[in-house]
Formats: sequence, C-alpha cells, structure tokens
Amino acid sequence: MAIALTVGVLVAGGVFMMLRRGMVRVVIGFMFLNHGVNLIILAAGGADRRGEALGGSPDPATTADPLPQAFVLTAIVISFAVTIYLLVLAVTGDADDDTDLELTGREMETPTFIEDAGGSTALPADELGPRAVRRTGSHSSRRRRPPGGRP
Amino acid sequence: MSADLLPLFVVVPLLAAGALVLLGDPRGLSRTTLLGVLGVDVVASLWLVTDLRDGPTVLAHAVGQWPLGVSIPFAADMLTALMLAMTGSLTLVCAWFGVVSQQARKRFFAPLVLVLTAGFNGALLTADLFNLFVFVETMLLPSYGLIILAHRGRGRLMQVTSARIYVTVNLLASTVLVAGVALVYGVAGTVNLAELSGRATEDSAVAIAVAVVLFALSVKAAVVPVHGWLARTYPFMSPTVTALFSGLHTKVAIYAIYRIYAVVFDGAEEFLWVGLVLFSVTMVVGVLGAVGEQDARSVLAFHMVSQIGYILLGVALFGAAGLTAGIFYLLHHTVVKASLFLSIGAVEIGYGRYPLGHVTGLLRREPLTAVVFFTAAMSLVGLPPFSGFVAKLSLVLAAFGEGRTAVAAVAVVVSLFTLLSMLKVWGKMFLGEPEDSAREVLGTVGARKPRIPAPLVAPALVLVLVTLTFGVGGELLLGVAAVAADGLVDPRAYVEAVIRT
Repeated sequence: MAIALTVGVLVAGGVFMMLRRGMVRVVIGFMFLNHGVNLIILAAGGADRRGEALGGSPDPATTADPLPQAFVLTAIVISFAVTIYLLVLAVTGDADDDTDLELTGREMETPTFIEDAGGSTALPADELGPRAVRRTGSHSSRRRRPPGGRP
Repeated sequence: MSADLLPLFVVVPLLAAGALVLLGDPRGLSRTTLLGVLGVDVVASLWLVTDLRDGPTVLAHAVGQWPLGVSIPFAADMLTALMLAMTGSLTLVCAWFGVVSQQARKRFFAPLVLVLTAGFNGALLTADLFNLFVFVETMLLPSYGLIILAHRGRGRLMQVTSARIYVTVNLLASTVLVAGVALVYGVAGTVNLAELSGRATEDSAVAIAVAVVLFALSVKAAVVPVHGWLARTYPFMSPTVTALFSGLHTKVAIYAIYRIYAVVFDGAEEFLWVGLVLFSVTMVVGVLGAVGEQDARSVLAFHMVSQIGYILLGVALFGAAGLTAGIFYLLHHTVVKASLFLSIGAVEIGYGRYPLGHVTGLLRREPLTAVVFFTAAMSLVGLPPFSGFVAKLSLVLAAFGEGRTAVAAVAVVVSLFTLLSMLKVWGKMFLGEPEDSAREVLGTVGARKPRIPAPLVAPALVLVLVTLTFGVGGELLLGVAAVAADGLVDPRAYVEAVIRT
C-alpha cells in the first residue's frame, strides 16, 4: 500500500511538472515519473510478501525476487542517461519550442553537411560536381526569412 | 544458419561501433567499416531468409546458455528474417546517402548508426518483453544523437527543437512501456513471450497489462491520436536521418505489435474492432494532415502516419490473408518512403529548403531526380506496376475477405487523397518554370545547369528499382510474406522453439 501511494504521488507530481512549459521543469517531471515507474517494477516482484534481498533466510520463497531488481537497475541507468541528454537539450537552443514554421517564419533550411570550399573540413569542389549551395553561417542567417517574403 | 549465430546480429555492430569511437576516422576507416558491417548484416539476414523460406522452422538461442526464465532468448522466424533483411538493406542505403551527402564525415555518425543497427536487430530478435524495452532504448539513444548531429556552427535551431519533442515523447512512451512490462511481470510472473503465449486470452489481468505495453508501442508507431510528434520532428532532421528513421523507428514498434498480439493475445477476435477503428482513423487523419502541409518533407511525414494505419490494418484483419498483406505493406513502405525522403533530401541539399512553390521547374533541370521522385510517389499511391499496387490490392482484398467492407472503402478513398497531395508536391516542385523568387535562390548558377550530382540521387534510385522489382515480382515476395504470416497465425513453432532453448 505504501508503495502504491508513493507511486501515485510521484506520477501525479511528474505529470504536473511535465505539463509546464519550461524544459527544465519537464526534465524534473520525468525524474519523478521514472522514480514512480521504478517503484512499480520493484513492487511487481512481490515486495509485500517477500523479505529483503540479502541476509535473513536463504529460502528462495521468501527472499526478494532478484529479477525486478535487475530490471530496475537497467531502467535506472537508461533514464539517467536520457535525463542528462534532456538537460543538455534544455540549455541548447531556444526558450520557445514552436515548430509552426508559417507563424514564426523561422529558417527552413536543411541541416547541411556539405561545406563550402573554404570550410574547415573542406570538400574538393569538383568531388561532388557542382559546388554545394553557398549558405552563410547558420547563426547569422537563423532569422532569415525564405526569399519572396513568404510565408 | 545456426541459431547460435543470432546474437552476432547485435554483437558485431556494437563492437564495431565501440572500436570506431576509439579509433576515430583515419583514412576514411569509419565509413568503410560502416558500409562493410552493414553489408555483412544484409548478407547474413538474406541467408537467414533463404534458410527459413520453406516453412515453420524457427531458430532460437538462449544468450549465454542460461536456463529458461533467466536467459534472454533470441528467436528468428520468417517475419524476423524479412524485417532484418529489409531494414538492414535500408540502413545500408541510407548510410550510403550519408557518405555521399558528407554527413558521414562527422566523427560519430558511423558509430551512432552502428549502435542503432545493433539495437534494432536486437529488438527484432528478442523474445523477451523487458529485453525489447532495453533494445528499443539502445536504438533510441544513438537516434537522439543523430538528430542533433551537425558541423560546428552549422546546426539548426529546429534540430534542437525537434530533438526536444522527439526525446520527451519517446522517453514518455518508454516509461509507459517499462511500467507495462513491470505490470506484466507482476501479474504473469514472466516476461518471456513464449511463456506468455495465449495468457492474455485466459486472464484479463494479463490482457490489461499487455495492453499497456501495446499502448506504449502505439505511441512509438505514431498511431492516431498519438501521432503528433512524428509530423513535428521528422521534417527537421537531416535528410539522411529522416530517411533512416522513417525505415526503422516506427517499424520496430509495428513489428512488436504484430508479434505480441499474435503470441500473447493469440490473435483474439474480440479486440480486433479497436484496431480496425484506430487504424482507419490513422489512415484518414494522416492523409488529411498531408494535404494541408506546405513543405515537401512535412507532407511525407504526414503520409507516414497514414501509411502506418495501412500497415497495422494487417494485424487488425487477423488472418492469413490480412497478415500477409500487412507484412508485404510493411516491406513496401520501408523502401518507398525512404526513397521519397532521399530524393527530396537530394533536392534540399542542392537547392536549399523552402516551402513548396519556391523551388520550381525541377523536371527540366533535374530529370533523374524528378523521375525517381515521381516513380516512388506513384508507388506510394498504389499504381501498378509498383509494389504499392500489390500491397494495397492485397490489403483491400483481405479486408473484403474478412467482411470489413467499410475499412476497404476507407483504404481506397485514402489512396485518392494520397495521390492528391503527391501531385501537389510534384506540381509545385518539379513542374513549371522557376519563379522569380526561386531564381533569386538559384542565384548565379545557370538556369539549365543541374545542381544535384548523380551520386546523391543514386540511393533513392536503387530503392525505386527495388519497389519496381517488388511490384513485378510481387508473387514471390507475397509467398515469403505468407510464410511469415503463417508463423503469426499459428505461433506454436515460435513458442516451442523459444521454450526448448
């Protein structure tokens, strides 16, 4: 019962935080949610009817089920890694996550990997036939609207 | 092929990736290794297909030879083998495009793609729900990296934005997935697919727990109403990555839905109406979304949602004919969608990326790209002699055969809308004369001079030839898909093989 209530509180808090707008709050929401789910995994091993993992009696019927513990360890590692990555994304980029190109008039260019001839990892101009489109550095052109003034 | 070799599908790419991270890229080593390992992967999976083509044989191997219940079982039947072959080839083609478009010059491109391949192969091969979660995550983590991979100072803000949406949605879905797996373990006491065989029909608690897993997989497969993330993220990655993801990420979820419903639910009839309704709505919503988009790749992304409805219809029409059609559709869609993304990607690399109507008249300047795009688009719509025709015809016939006339009608009408939006892209991008604004874009280069080098179109061209082959030689592939479908209709061979390991 204690585990069920804790899971409930953690998931509720996680959902609340995830519904807020800031990226860091979303990350904190995910931490809550992951903890809640980890508790579900532990509870799936029958935490109510089994004892602790080590010590006590070596009877396999009463010691804790090792399988959910292995699961939870894996799940913790994965969610830890993704949380770090989410935090990196939170400090990179904009405060705004609007993807509606027509409204924001943001650049629509494809991330480019073909460098101009003067670039650091320069590609010989003749290797690809016609030279790649010369685009100005992305940061200066970030707010450039598509030509023609549309959309 | 001996069953003991199955783990190599995971081990080899993973080790190669690790070695490449350490060694870096002296003299193009990473690109050579990437293409080499993927080539071996394709050859091995084709070998698996020829080994399994005769019938219900299933290869199974308990990794590390641990006893049942402790070990992680790997199993391959015809469906697995087909998926391995198809996605392996697709990854190879996309990696080739990555090499041509210079993205593979980024130091971590090759290792990330190899880890992605390892995770994907593992997710296909595993017969264990928790291990499925682990492999899906193994696949997703390098994907997160691939989305924001860019040259220094050349990254786009939209990449970060799409990565945020992509990561949060997938993390949420994975969290639900692992919660579902925990619930399955709690009520059934095992997460081994073979031991779970048919349990959902006997015990409604197991059915509910597995339903949580299926829900999480539907989010990853972008089924309406949880499809929004796909259309808002796929258009903003690099062309290589979009094509790669279109062939892999939603497909692994679809594969898992097929497998889990067939084994754990034993194809139970009473839940099929849920699938029929959801997947019909997916078809319609996806195609209507595509009609409204003003950017070529966004149109294609919405089409993906629509096509996912078609593919999953196969499992909702559970039966030999429906499953065969669904599996064929899955293979066809993987090829055609990637081809479209790659040809549009070639245009974007050559001309920059603008809303539809800004770069026009490409038919005259780039006849090869235009032909490749048009062919793939017609295959997507479902015109003969391409594979799309065979796929749609067999799906509609299967729907009629099961007495689901309304669903068959939806599938046909959605095809017409597909044609409409494909013609929109065709008309605005390839037909007509370059407009004033487009001339400005095209700048100093002569109006007649092509800007897309042939090597950049070649990967899309190869995929188009594959769809033509599937269309003309549809009979052969349908036969193979039927073998795979039989394995799903009657999963006893699969279950026994996994138990025996």
